[in-house]
Amino acid sequence: MTPDHFQKPAHPETPAPPFLRFHATKMLHTAQGPQLFEVRFELPQGQTLAIHGPSGSGKTTLLRILAGLTPADTGHIQVGSETWLDTRNHIDLPTRHRSIGFVFQDFALFPNLTVRGQLEYALPPGTRKAAKAAGSIIDELLQLMELEELQHRRPALLSGGQQQRIAIARAIARSPRLLILDEPLSALDDEMRHKLQDYLLKIQRHYHLTTLLVSHHLPEIVRLSDNVILLEKGRIERQGPPAEVFADKPHITITGVIIDLTPTGDTFLVRIDCAGTTVRLTVPAAKAATLQPGHTVTIASTLLNPNFITH
Amino acid sequence: MIDWLPLWLSLKLAFITMIILLVIGIPIAWWLAYSRRRWTVIAEAVISLPMVLPPSVLGFYLLLAFSPAGSFGHALDHVLNIRLVFSFQGLVVASLLYSLPFMVNPLLAGFKNLPPHLLEASRTLGKSGWTTLRYILLPNIRASLITGAILSFAHTIGEFGVVMMIGGSIPGQTRVASVAIYDEQQSGNYALANHYALVLLSLSFLILLVVYTINRHFSQSKSIL
Repeated sequence: MTPDHFQKPAHPETPAPPFLRFHATKMLHTAQGPQLFEVRFELPQGQTLAIHGPSGSGKTTLLRILAGLTPADTGHIQVGSETWLDTRNHIDLPTRHRSIGFVFQDFALFPNLTVRGQLEYALPPGTRKAAKAAGSIIDELLQLMELEELQHRRPALLSGGQQQRIAIARAIARSPRLLILDEPLSALDDEMRHKLQDYLLKIQRHYHLTTLLVSHHLPEIVRLSDNVILLEKGRIERQGPPAEVFADKPHITITGVIIDLTPTGDTFLVRIDCAGTTVRLTVPAAKAATLQPGHTVTIASTLLNPNFITH
Repeated sequence: MIDWLPLWLSLKLAFITMIILLVIGIPIAWWLAYSRRRWTVIAEAVISLPMVLPPSVLGFYLLLAFSPAGSFGHALDHVLNIRLVFSFQGLVVASLLYSLPFMVNPLLAGFKNLPPHLLEASRTLGKSGWTTLRYILLPNIRASLITGAILSFAHTIGEFGVVMMIGGSIPGQTRVASVAIYDEQQSGNYALANHYALVLLSLSFLILLVVYTINRHFSQSKSIL
């Protein structure tokens, strides 16, 4: 189960030739009026590219154009030696002929199929019989994603994290050349999110997948991706390794749940529970008005003013 | 003594209509559900017309269209040797139009209520439209399929105005149960009319009972499964 496109380039030190070349333009009709989407990037084989940016910046459009689900006005998409899109020469490979695994934000699991059935359905028709007999990739994926015990269940009653794992396993079952994830972990709580990042890393290493990932979540991008594209109003604002792109972003982020807010004169004292430790923050009244106990917040800071405790 | 022929004819007509409507209703509903063209609205309105139109209006225009005196009916008669006026085939064609919304509308609702990305997910897995329809979409709108089939069956059995206009009352050809009731009542055979009416009443009740049982079963199983 190691098709050619899963293998690492022979010399990882020399810059890998771009495996995916993407260029597309499209007029978007957003709530703020028409906006031109124009994005061009390249992605070496086996790398993970994160796409980050405010909502309406064109992240999902990028993924959908790549998958052929949304038509581009003009564009050129090259994957390995295959041309998926070339508007000048009227080439537009239909979605079903593009070797992709697409994980939708809402998972899009088939309600009528069992967990195992979802993966079997994903196999190309020719290989389905052979794979059923041998078990091969399906059993491997079920094991890797710890879904063996659920394999005969239908998805509706399963938890968000379990559905997510099924969606990822299904996307990978046909050994796609590209794995595309549209904010796959956004519906999950932090603990589950962290666990699934582990699964994703495991899968990526195992199959050496070339991956595109839309994410809002900085820690996730840092953990999972080699490079990140920052989209803003349909254009690439910045791109590079996450550490560079986010260099002038806050250095420290802590996420937690607000326990309570206590007025102290002009300001409020906010207590936030961060994984068992309580963080106290002083917040201006105007800001405090937007907060409520039970809200999950991320504290971002470039500067800490701590009391060091020496042991 | 009750003549079972009209009842048998009604059931035969309803069954044939239901089967044909299943075959043509699925692609029509699919097209209406997934086409982005604006004029699908017009198609939807046309398909639903028989729901609000007096059946005699539909029957009247069909009579004009099918009449061998008209050009369409004339062509059918001479080229294909099919006569749709006062014949069983004519009743089938009329019933297809008359019951079309009762098949298409439940299917359309079924397609539209599916989770939005199912079709796209199947395409990204390399599947054709046919494979997606067969293995993903249709199995997930089973309740709508059953509802559409039963309602179009029941609606065809209840057809009266259209049959009167285009079929008349030829025993064994176009004298369906609903027409037989009218005939017997006109001839003063109230007991016989009552027999037919009672059978139709019980049949209609049973059919609706099945529909609601199925709907309840599926809406429950959706939340439990």
